[in-house]
Amino acid sequence: MSRYVAKRLLFSVPTLLAISFIVFALLDLAPNDPTAQLPLTIPPETREAIRESLGLGQPFHMRYLKWLGQFMVNEPLNLMERLWGIEVGDSAERLRVRSWSTRAPVVDLIADRLPQTLTVVGVSYLGAILLAVPVGVFSAYRQYSVFDQVGAFVTMVGFSIPTFFTGTVLIVVFSVSLDWLPSIYDTTHRVTDLESFGYQVKQMVMPVAVLGLFNAAQLSRFTRSAVLENLNRDYVRTARAKGLTERVVVLVHVLRNSMIPVVTVAALGLPSTFAGAIITEQIFRINGVGQLLIGAIESGDIPTVQTVTFLFAVLIVAFNLAADVLYGVLDPRIRYD
Amino acid sequence: MTEGAPESAGGPAAGPGRFPLAREPAAASARPSPARDVWRQFLRHKGALAGAAVFSVVALAVLLGSAVHGVDPQYLDYAARNRGMSLAHPMGTDNLGRDMLARVLAGGRVSLAVGVGAMVLSLTLGTFVGVTAGFFRRCDGPLMRLTDLFLALPVLPLLLVAIMLFRDPLRAALGPELGIFVLVVAVIGMTSWMQTARIVRGEVLAVKQREFVLAARGMGAGPHHVIVKHVLPNALNPITVAATLGIAQAIITESALSFLGLGFPSDFPTWGRLLYDGVPFLGITPARVVWPGLAISLTVLSVNYMGDGLRDALDPHMRRR
Repeated sequence: MSRYVAKRLLFSVPTLLAISFIVFALLDLAPNDPTAQLPLTIPPETREAIRESLGLGQPFHMRYLKWLGQFMVNEPLNLMERLWGIEVGDSAERLRVRSWSTRAPVVDLIADRLPQTLTVVGVSYLGAILLAVPVGVFSAYRQYSVFDQVGAFVTMVGFSIPTFFTGTVLIVVFSVSLDWLPSIYDTTHRVTDLESFGYQVKQMVMPVAVLGLFNAAQLSRFTRSAVLENLNRDYVRTARAKGLTERVVVLVHVLRNSMIPVVTVAALGLPSTFAGAIITEQIFRINGVGQLLIGAIESGDIPTVQTVTFLFAVLIVAFNLAADVLYGVLDPRIRYD
Repeated sequence: MTEGAPESAGGPAAGPGRFPLAREPAAASARPSPARDVWRQFLRHKGALAGAAVFSVVALAVLLGSAVHGVDPQYLDYAARNRGMSLAHPMGTDNLGRDMLARVLAGGRVSLAVGVGAMVLSLTLGTFVGVTAGFFRRCDGPLMRLTDLFLALPVLPLLLVAIMLFRDPLRAALGPELGIFVLVVAVIGMTSWMQTARIVRGEVLAVKQREFVLAARGMGAGPHHVIVKHVLPNALNPITVAATLGIAQAIITESALSFLGLGFPSDFPTWGRLLYDGVPFLGITPARVVWPGLAISLTVLSVNYMGDGLRDALDPHMRRR
């Protein structure tokens, strides 16, 4: 098992390198001049100096290697220093990936935005799992019942309707017509007492519902088919023959075995939920990582776009690995050799 | 669906050679053709049937609707801005007085065209990669690594980036409307072929070892002949299902891009762009968001149901319940 994990970890390094190269090259080949927005009165030599200061004078492979070094070596070092309060080498002189539009290190920008995204994505994903698993199990247990058929329709609708439509409809109903919930997510809001906590809950309801219901629909369809596959197995008949109650048979024997694929699918789906949060953040004006990316794309802030996009790739690779490892841990029948 | 070339029911009705009697007309009519069998299964799936009906209605309305509702979607009528529903404007008007029904119909044409175009591209790419990887052992490793790599790409951010980068050059080269259309179809198609490639490769690997393929190769058939005549017809079922679901996925992706303001422009709108344009006017005319959104949702829902039904109808395991 540990050999398998080590092998997969080793294999993810070239994958990430390839992705980082694709992301960097794609953005770098763009016909995009960061000094194009500056006034025309700036003399050409000053313009060239500005380009130099942005690191654009060097050949492509040098810039790629530098960016990679900054992202892979310098930023983790900074993070370690910040976390443990230690000093590794000359940390003040260390080069960092800087945003063209704000001149701040991109990683700091992301660190500012991450809590908002994590809150919304985390709560909605947790809610989705808590909703999807019982619904999926019950639908499978009562296959072809009214509950199952209604559930099948609702989940099909849930994953067919795009989040930007459900989001705007919720805003129309609950913010515009009923005026119950705020349509804009206020990230400066601090939870200090019960009342402010209530406001936090109120502003989170809609984004969490939109993102959560979409995921719940997919997960519950998957749970249902996983449980259905297990319900007719021999071990279930054995458990019933032993005289165990239905409760124990379904909730202990069947559920445990059906959860194996569900857990891995939940792990696999998390990165795409982060990507989906780009849209949710745009609807509810949450200034999270997704909005950082959209803003950077609109203003042509290449370093920020490169870094955020690559971060999404890291998430995908990491969770693919986690799903594979989880599968082996949860299911002892799987042997990696 | 266990014998070769199930869909091409034009020739001998039954499987090749196993039932020689089936060539006689009386025996042939006793055994329904595979295509008809699939059709019957499809009709039995209520969701798929409803989906097919709804999708036909949407497609017909989008294609022929402008003949009935002959209002120019670009016509500005300042006197009738932000109107609600009325007989003259069944879906109201926008903030420039353009008729929303005409715009939704025009947008639907583009949305559906993008969905079908991206599906065709992704299917072509996926089938090509899958067949090559499954058929030629030397290409298998590299091509599957490439597929894994594409699966690990953060698709939505990359789509946004690609559109930001290539929108202006392509619009300059191909004209504003064709340029953005080609770009969106290309980027969606190029980032969604991986699932098809994996399915097709698996199918090719399974078919490759079957006796009729070995027989064909033994008779001296080249790889091209084997792929076109034997492998592809057998991989047709999963490809059909992937194609159906691919349309829905492409429509969703396109409208998400347009919703983020990085897809189609406002003067050449799709359903996603209409929705995006309607959001600032939620308080005045919520219908501007609801109609395009409903159109997207209904289309995607019906296509997904059709895909479900097709999968059940084409899968022999599901059938013998």
